[in-house]
Amino acid sequence: MNIVVCIKQVPDTKGGVKFNPDGTLDRAAMLAIMNPDDKAGLEAALRIKDETGAKVTVLTMGLPKADAVLREALAMGADDAILVTDRVLGGADTWATSTTIAGALRNLEYDLIITGRQAIDGDTAQVGPQIAEHLGLPVISYAEEIKIDGDSVIVKRQFEDRYHELKAKMPCLITALSELNEPRYMTPGGIFDAFDKEVTVWGRADLKDVDDSDLGLKGSPTKIAKASDKVAKGAGEKVNLDPTESVAYLMGKFKEKHII
Amino acid sequence: MDFSLDKKHEMARSLFKEFAEAEVKPLAQETDETETFPMETVKKMQKYGFMGIPVPKEYGGQGCDPLTYVMCVEELSKVCATTGVIVSAHTSLCVDPILTYGTEEQKQKYVVPLASGEKIGAFGLTEPGAGTDAQGCQTKAVLDGDEWVLNGSKCFITNGKVADVYIVIAVTSVTEDKRGRKKKNFSAFIVDKGAPGFSFGTKEKKMGIRGSSTYELIFEDCRIPKENLLGPEGKGFPIAMHTLDGGRIGIAAQALGIAEGALERAIAYTKERKQFGRSIAQQQNTQFKLADMAARVEAAQLLVYKAAMAKATQKVYSVEAAKAKLFAAETAMAVTTEVVQLFGGYGYIREYDVERMMRDAKITEIYEGTSEVQRMVISGALLK
Repeated sequence: MNIVVCIKQVPDTKGGVKFNPDGTLDRAAMLAIMNPDDKAGLEAALRIKDETGAKVTVLTMGLPKADAVLREALAMGADDAILVTDRVLGGADTWATSTTIAGALRNLEYDLIITGRQAIDGDTAQVGPQIAEHLGLPVISYAEEIKIDGDSVIVKRQFEDRYHELKAKMPCLITALSELNEPRYMTPGGIFDAFDKEVTVWGRADLKDVDDSDLGLKGSPTKIAKASDKVAKGAGEKVNLDPTESVAYLMGKFKEKHII
Repeated sequence: MDFSLDKKHEMARSLFKEFAEAEVKPLAQETDETETFPMETVKKMQKYGFMGIPVPKEYGGQGCDPLTYVMCVEELSKVCATTGVIVSAHTSLCVDPILTYGTEEQKQKYVVPLASGEKIGAFGLTEPGAGTDAQGCQTKAVLDGDEWVLNGSKCFITNGKVADVYIVIAVTSVTEDKRGRKKKNFSAFIVDKGAPGFSFGTKEKKMGIRGSSTYELIFEDCRIPKENLLGPEGKGFPIAMHTLDGGRIGIAAQALGIAEGALERAIAYTKERKQFGRSIAQQQNTQFKLADMAARVEAAQLLVYKAAMAKATQKVYSVEAAKAKLFAAETAMAVTTEVVQLFGGYGYIREYDVERMMRDAKITEIYEGTSEVQRMVISGALLK
């Protein structure tokens, strides 16, 4: 069984957030970690590996320094790592990213693709399902439990007030929630081995069946109008009125702000 | 000369740091307060290979170098010195001598389960009447057929009761030199827990590292197989001294971690604590103290890492180890004392970690060779 886990290097939310002049994130200037949902997805894959002996490949698209999250994944127990990096891929939105990753995945054999639900930098939750769409695969999102059942997977999908238990035939794609599990630590020996291993590096030329017009900033339909760091909220206004007066006061404020 | 760590060691440090913060730090105060050996933490460290970091993979270890091991003890000790010394005593004092002096059979039988963490190791040299002067050892071993028979006791043994495998140094013969002076000849032995005639004395109640299991080992006609002699008969003293050279690097790393942990807390606290309308970090007195401590801690780190590198590349590293331990231990004591002072009254309260750190620091100036012994080793090499 072959599992490919798509992971992303994201800015550590504990560090400061910095932007490029075009409004995209200045990733080179920030401390970076493996996206938490992706790490849970990797752990899920490694647990399947522990049980079944599956081969786990990790894949990321990013700057050359994204090599660090691939080494971390190898040190946790992944077998192979692929870095997709190229200048022409920079500034990609979810469409261009999923197009790129699907183009890379077309080179690989897989039974199961696992991605995180969403990355803590963009929070779109779009890339996983879009990859599945590009590859014509069934997708089960928001997985909080994954079981392998012969040539199928049984997934508990988190829903607003309940969960769904879904079965899908492999190959398919699952997006994982960080609640799925508690990811393991690396081991010291795993780290040493990870740095002895070769990380496969792919560029634009290695992507299969993709158009240049769908890649990078130019291929991104999303245009960022403005980006800013969190703006501190003001203290607000406190009023002490009886219920009837409160309603009248609030209605007046809503009208004033054109909310109603 | 490049003083920066490579990516591999940086990642190892981030692993140890993450583990220490998440798994060890939350238990540090309780471990100290209740004087309980942190067995759950040790089990987690076993799972992630922390009990066999510098051991080759063919013997069940992680195949890393002494520097990686040192960084592990350092990061653990930043948050809990008890946890640091458990790993240090196990690795440096028990696994290392078997790996260095053991036969292939001994390595397979003992190093493999020790390095995987399935078993815990300890080392017994000190006796009630023999600390710095190891010649005062009274514990004897006599060969009786296919067995060695041990009689005597060892005291202040780290991992004392929790260990499964013990390296024990005992007198196996006494010879006279030309002038008629008697000299004890020592040998090293591997003793399993549960060996007939092997029992434990009282648990020591200590000032610091209170979660560490410190016990007296008692041997009353304790019989162990003949093949459990470690290294050649009569070579126990050099084996013990060489083992302690490695052990001192581990304790130096523990001391370094304590000092770093205390300094980190001082930086955070002095920025928060307000007196006379501003944080005490804004007072020049605090700033100068922090600067002095930071310079000293970094110097200690360089000596400790240098000793670890020497262990990786040199056959003999006694002086490097002695300098690292002397300086790191005295740094730990000085820094923790100063940090308690910066904390003022709160520093004296057990709720704050720095009180524990100051108590923990003291032992690093004493065990595995006192600071005075380290000075003897260093000056001995200078005046040779």
